[in-house]
Amino acid sequence: MTDVNDQIKSELETNPVVLFMKGTPVFPQCGFSAAVVQVLTHLGVKFKGVNVLEDPSLREGIKRFSDWPTIPQLYVKGEFVGGCDIVREMFTSGELQTLLDDKGVVYTPAA
Amino acid sequence: MAMDAAEIERLIKQGLPDAVVTIQDLRGDGDHYAAEVRSNAFKGKSRVQQHQLVYKALQGRMGGQLHALALQTAPLD
Repeated sequence: MTDVNDQIKSELETNPVVLFMKGTPVFPQCGFSAAVVQVLTHLGVKFKGVNVLEDPSLREGIKRFSDWPTIPQLYVKGEFVGGCDIVREMFTSGELQTLLDDKGVVYTPAA
Repeated sequence: MAMDAAEIERLIKQGLPDAVVTIQDLRGDGDHYAAEVRSNAFKGKSRVQQHQLVYKALQGRMGGQLHALALQTAPLD
């Protein structure tokens, strides 16, 4: 089990923004994953998409890692931010932008 | 692989006794719901922690038996 956690930790350490999702950013295979990709793309946030469908142990391991039962899962600077509902809510209220600024994540929102 | 709204509400209230729960069946397939849950157990907690309390109340059904539950949480007052 530890190798899954090591895999997760290394993704989080090497990428400021990581989205564990179903499918890829270019071809999301789930509406909720696609919605988070849309928010990040709209904000111009560079992120690493990790397709959990390619690795069943990762798909379950990430849920244990964050004590969160669903996919997608967004992480900023190693910290779990939330799933689709929370990311959308935070985007609408501006909290997501504040969080990104506070964490020093550089992004260029679409005009 | 489905749950009915009353079952979801019962479990949430069992886990969060003061909860006021409103549930909407998004697609009529017993798999995609939206729920607003208000409880004072959420006070001082982050959104993630609030949602985790609801998931605990659902005793592991979230993500398995229950595929999608769009959650809105807030304290009672």
